[in-house]
Amino acid sequence: MSGMRTLLLAATLPLAAFLAAAPGEAHETKIGQIVIEHAWSKASPMVAKAAAGYMKITNTGTEDDRLLSATATITGNVQLHDMKMEGEVMKMVELTDGIVIPAGQTVELKPKSLHVMFQDIESIPVEGSYFNGTLVFEKAGSGQVEYEMMAPNAGMTP
Amino acid sequence: MRRLHLAVLGAAAVLAAALSYLLVLRAQDGATSLFDLRDGFHLASSKGGEVDSRDLAGKPYAVFFGYTHCPEVCPTTLYEMSNALTKLGGAAKDFRVFFITVDPERDTVEKMAEYIANFDPRMEALVPTPEQLPKLASDFRVYYAKVPTSDGGYVMDHTATVFLINADGQLGGTISFGEAAEMREAKLKKLLGL
Repeated sequence: MSGMRTLLLAATLPLAAFLAAAPGEAHETKIGQIVIEHAWSKASPMVAKAAAGYMKITNTGTEDDRLLSATATITGNVQLHDMKMEGEVMKMVELTDGIVIPAGQTVELKPKSLHVMFQDIESIPVEGSYFNGTLVFEKAGSGQVEYEMMAPNAGMTP
Repeated sequence: MRRLHLAVLGAAAVLAAALSYLLVLRAQDGATSLFDLRDGFHLASSKGGEVDSRDLAGKPYAVFFGYTHCPEVCPTTLYEMSNALTKLGGAAKDFRVFFITVDPERDTVEKMAEYIANFDPRMEALVPTPEQLPKLASDFRVYYAKVPTSDGGYVMDHTATVFLINADGQLGGTISFGEAAEMREAKLKKLLGL
């Protein structure tokens, strides 16, 4: 019986791997009342030790929640940041109090705005690959997300 | 009494708005009229040796300030400039785009050379010494500041404008972060007289 199960598992694994790797697929992850849609990052010049993580976070609950922190397999140094343009000056703000996700609302982490900041990355994953991370919410608890590495120009103004 | 309070508040708000408008106007005016490259610059280059601004006389060029640990603004701007150069092709074969670090503490000439190699070969990285940087930034009216992060490291705030320098060594225009590709190309063509 266990042999049969192993065989069945072995047969479905490549399919699962294929499904997980299908590009452009809207990944959706649920963490309690929180729904995460398409977590992604982008390939950057290879010597750059930094990359940013983006996603849509929807709070389907009736209480506000807060994204407190994040971790990732590619580095031990992950922070939550906001990027602001003040006139012509780009300013980075570390959000040590996290990011509030109001009840019933969607907050988008996107280029030139809120993002998960990965620093001191040993080697930036190549375009088309994936890496894992966790998100920790104040009320929903923690869960895993998979980031898709997009092209360097993803999310740019055309 | 309440009405009086409101009136005072309203007047204060109008005054504050007028004042901040004036300050913005002054800042904008200052950004162009005080731009001053008379002293020139002499900086270590990713292509080896140094670049002396006096050797650039008669040739338009572009300058962008940033740093290699920059996650968004710098790679985006450099990719966009790189794409624009590819589009301009041979018509801009002598045009040079300089990426100058505001983080010489971490960005050595070697690291900058490795970084800039990801872009069009007409793009070149320049590394001021920590002593050269304040004067250089002030001549270009560029703001930069080290912002400590919770891990003991830091990120850099910095002006994200691309400066277009004309053949006379004067400010010939700027490209703002996030400007549309057509605008960027039009500005580059105008600078190059194409």
